[in-house]
Amino acid sequence: MAISTKDVRHIAGLANLEFGEAEIERFTRQLSAILDYVAQLERLKTDAIEPTSHVNAAAHALRDDALRPPATHEQALANAPETDRGYFKVPKVIG
Amino acid sequence: MTYETIIGLEVHCQLLTASKIFCGCRTRFGDPPNTNVCPICLGMPGSLPVLNRTAVDYAIRAALTLDCDIRPRSIFARKNYFYPDLPKGYQISMYDQPLAVGGHLDIEAGGARRRIGITRIHMEEDAGDLRSPEEAHAYYSALRNLLVDIGVTDGNMEEGSLRCDANVSLRPKGQAAFGTKAELKNLNSFRFVQKALEYEIRRQTQLLDAGQRVAQETRLYDSEEDKTYTMRSKEEAHDYRYFPEPDLLPLLVEKEWIEEVRKSLPAKLLSQRREEYITAYGLLAQVATTLTSSQPMADYFEATATAAGDHKAAANWISGEVLARMKEGGFDIVVLKSKLPPERLGGLIARVKDGTVSGSTGKEVLETILRTGQDPDEVIRSSGLAQVSDEGALEEAIEKVVAASPGQLAQYKAGKTTLLGYFVGQVLKATGGKANPALVNRLLKERLDR
Repeated sequence: MAISTKDVRHIAGLANLEFGEAEIERFTRQLSAILDYVAQLERLKTDAIEPTSHVNAAAHALRDDALRPPATHEQALANAPETDRGYFKVPKVIG
Repeated sequence: MTYETIIGLEVHCQLLTASKIFCGCRTRFGDPPNTNVCPICLGMPGSLPVLNRTAVDYAIRAALTLDCDIRPRSIFARKNYFYPDLPKGYQISMYDQPLAVGGHLDIEAGGARRRIGITRIHMEEDAGDLRSPEEAHAYYSALRNLLVDIGVTDGNMEEGSLRCDANVSLRPKGQAAFGTKAELKNLNSFRFVQKALEYEIRRQTQLLDAGQRVAQETRLYDSEEDKTYTMRSKEEAHDYRYFPEPDLLPLLVEKEWIEEVRKSLPAKLLSQRREEYITAYGLLAQVATTLTSSQPMADYFEATATAAGDHKAAANWISGEVLARMKEGGFDIVVLKSKLPPERLGGLIARVKDGTVSGSTGKEVLETILRTGQDPDEVIRSSGLAQVSDEGALEEAIEKVVAASPGQLAQYKAGKTTLLGYFVGQVLKATGGKANPALVNRLLKERLDR
């Protein structure tokens, strides 16, 4: 196994996700399988290859500092699970 | 035990762009919540960020001014965490390949000059190392003034245009390794930075003296209680899972771009101009500070000084009389320039210098110019304010006064030379207060001592 159930619990915690024991077991198996599959790449010799963060070789695209009409207030909040006086309402983060 | 303090500041500066860094939404402060937002900044699936060219221009400007090395290739990274002001669940930042590295800023604190190193600038932050809360204060305010000077931010701390986090740790004197640091947040004024650090140093000293350990944690500063306290956070700190931002290609900054930005920088920084005013023109530090409050103000001073042919006199007029009029009338340097062009003020100062009008009459002339927009010479001529500096006319007036005061003349001749003041007063009275007092003094002395 490439990762442990402890790793999966940690990652789930960072992502604000809660899972039951059975799910944790299943994701550990599935994520390990994915990582093992990708790990095959480690058999390649890559000493002479530059680390690559972006596969597209083109240079950056830039925009001028110009205003564009924003979304409407209603559109902005349309997908919010909860709102309060025009704000998104989220679970408490700083206690 | 004696400890050494190590302070690092992370300064966040909002750039003066019209639109946000990755989308065309407005950056204006104070609008209702969730009105300047769009699918891109809300992190809607399928939307793509595009970098604002002006934001990069400004970051390069700051990097050049702080003597940083600008890296030819930098990469945006995703910093993953949950926070109430972060709808995407990650922040686009820079991580291991920032825009610029290795600069410095010179400050004065506690009477000493110190060069504070700057580790890096990326599109949102920079950090340096400092040894006392006073240095931290000096560094933060010097940095703010510099960034406002080069036009990349308005530096408004009430609106959060400039924010600062501080790391502070103590180590026993002589020890090489750094102690455990605490991170302080919520420091939105120069004074709070200093006060929060002073409190935190006291707290850590007490802990270490009692043989306890300093916990590595984030603390918030409460300005009302003047205390820092632990910020309990549900985010797991320092596990941001940075990775290269797949939505943005590497930022490439060629030499040409840097040179183009360099040309847009002020020819001289305000701090350099201030230094020059003190050393080259002998101005008082406080006056020099006033005259270099902004680039337009310093330009105004220099143009006035050139027209007047006297830097010191121009400095005294502007920092005294002119500034008082500006405060009174509630107008700024732009309005001042149109109401009182530097050539006109310089002309007036020159008239005071050459004795055409006295200093106090000069202030009256200044009032009139501000009110009517007339030329100083015009005001002096039309209102008959010019001092009589014509020696012939003054000698005539002196003869009359002397002839009318035989008793006083006899006493003067007998040795009561303090009577000179009496004669000067009589001559000034006879000329309606317009006689050049210095000239009257000299001519009278010559006449009486004859």
